[in-house]
Amino acid sequence: MATLEIRDLHVSVEDKQILTGVNLTIKAGETHAIMGPNGSGKSTLAYAIAGHPKYTVTSGSVTLDGVDVLAMAVDERARAGVFLAMQYPVEVPGVTVSNFLRSAATAVRGEAPKLRLWVKEQKEAMAALEMDPAFASRNVNEGFSGGEKKRHEILQLELLKPKVAILDETDSGLDVDALRVVSEGVNRVHATGETGTLLITHYTRILRYIKPDFVHVFVAGKIVEEGGPELADELEANGYAKYVGAAAV
Amino acid sequence: MASSIADVIASEREALGQQGHTSDGSIAVGVKPSTPKNPADARVSRTLSRDPEAFPALTGREEDWRFTPLARLRGLHDGTATVDGVLEVTGAAYETIGPDHPLVGTALVPADRPAALAMRDFKEGQLVTVDGELTEPVVLSFRGSGQVAHGHVVIDVKPFSKAVVVLEHTGTATYSGGVEVRVGDGADVTLVSLQEWDDSAVHLSAQAALVGRDARFKSVVVTLGGDLVRLNPTVAYASTGGSAEFLGLAFADAGQHLEHRLFVDHAVPRCTSRVTYKTAVQGAGAHTVWIGDVLIRAAAEGTDTYELNRNLLLTPDARADSVPNLEIETGEIAGAGHASATGRFDDEQLFYLQSRGISPDEARRIVVLGFFTEILQQIGVPSLEERLVQAIEKELAPGRVT
Repeated sequence: MATLEIRDLHVSVEDKQILTGVNLTIKAGETHAIMGPNGSGKSTLAYAIAGHPKYTVTSGSVTLDGVDVLAMAVDERARAGVFLAMQYPVEVPGVTVSNFLRSAATAVRGEAPKLRLWVKEQKEAMAALEMDPAFASRNVNEGFSGGEKKRHEILQLELLKPKVAILDETDSGLDVDALRVVSEGVNRVHATGETGTLLITHYTRILRYIKPDFVHVFVAGKIVEEGGPELADELEANGYAKYVGAAAV
Repeated sequence: MASSIADVIASEREALGQQGHTSDGSIAVGVKPSTPKNPADARVSRTLSRDPEAFPALTGREEDWRFTPLARLRGLHDGTATVDGVLEVTGAAYETIGPDHPLVGTALVPADRPAALAMRDFKEGQLVTVDGELTEPVVLSFRGSGQVAHGHVVIDVKPFSKAVVVLEHTGTATYSGGVEVRVGDGADVTLVSLQEWDDSAVHLSAQAALVGRDARFKSVVVTLGGDLVRLNPTVAYASTGGSAEFLGLAFADAGQHLEHRLFVDHAVPRCTSRVTYKTAVQGAGAHTVWIGDVLIRAAAEGTDTYELNRNLLLTPDARADSVPNLEIETGEIAGAGHASATGRFDDEQLFYLQSRGISPDEARRIVVLGFFTEILQQIGVPSLEERLVQAIEKELAPGRVT
């Protein structure tokens, strides 16, 4: 069973320390929610695991099934089974969604999927996310609405079947319908039992659709409280004030 | 009553990267021929002649030549080049012509000394006549094997005829040759000029079209090879209702100088022009230059023109220059504008693709092909599109990336 282990992770951005010792273990089939106020470093954790060059790991370790993830290049991490659904997916002008998806699937699976099977697979995955087939011929993220961008991220999640999925504020910028559709996609991946999910969010709204096994409160670059789903209810009622105050001391 | 000039002119300027060299393009409105900011540079006052002696010797300080490394022209610019042969020409049927053929100089009147020298001295030119609607492209392949040569091509398209004419340039040569396209009334012509030279070639070419009443002309320029390539695509309209479209794609590697200078001369009413050029540069000394001059003369009421240039800097030691210029002598136009932007390779795009398992080389390939897609998809010759994608992929092959 796939396991992502994060140990005492310290990360800085342009010499500013953002993460100050994160410990977290995510196993396949588990859903972890990381909740915290803006600026607490939640997205930094996501990007550091994915390997964005802007983020420097100053100490600590990240391993996937015992293998050092931090020693890998960005594309190697993805091929090893790490997936990051981005909060702000990037436009790639002139590159169609279908070309992009097939290139990604080819890279992650190690061989080009057979065209006939691939067309069917992509079509079904898009239908499950209630996406118009014409979407496949649009350029990646160009002119996409907020909801379309996030559906497109979850479409990739479902097609690439990673060992660990990190969803960075996937709920932001979504209307109720899109939130439901996107959440159902995440739940389908969860139901396979093959993927561990790290759900990063500011609000508890998405937790009405996606039930986390564990909830972690993230403040000032580390996890300050852990619990089960009931912790999310408490956060909804009381906010982060209690933790932010404690971290400031 | 026309709307105000401010309403009809759209000018966009973006500076996307620190290494972008987008010069201040100008929009001069309502100027008299004698009063532009720099009189010698105004399009309306430039010398046009078949006599090389009508042009002063080049110094390299002229506005038209300031980007071009004259020393690398091997004497094509000053008459010191020793012409010793002609390029090998294969492909479609043509008639061999000399400088005294009556059609020579009817669409193209040289605007500089090298073009005048080539038109005066070429030994063997090619005349392609199109009468009727052709379904297959007319292809002429020019191959160099080290010669110093002048050449000349005339494409004479009769009224209401239709054709795609492809000029391929391969091998190596020091070559200066004009191309003129006579687009008859109601005709529809696409001229594709492919510069797939070896990296030692030098190529100068003025490519002029004269567009008849209600006729369509499309120029597609693809420049991938050559040590120094300098093309001057131009269009003039013989009568009203004509349209001209210019598509360009260039990819300069280390040491290559690829320059494209366009001039659209709107002198008659109700014609349109569209220019879209995209270039990528990578490696030390790689340099592309794009100049887009558009002149709307006083009589050219109802003109609609727009030009766009985008340049992609793949490495910090490469350079792209971009200068759009618009001179407008009438307020009664339908639209006029230009956009120019030069940007660095987008690291966030690369990260996004790599975070999906795509290797850095493949990610780069995808982004650059995506950048050129807009041009490739508009060429309208499917067999050519596939070949050009492969040629660009070759430019991007691992090992060539620095």
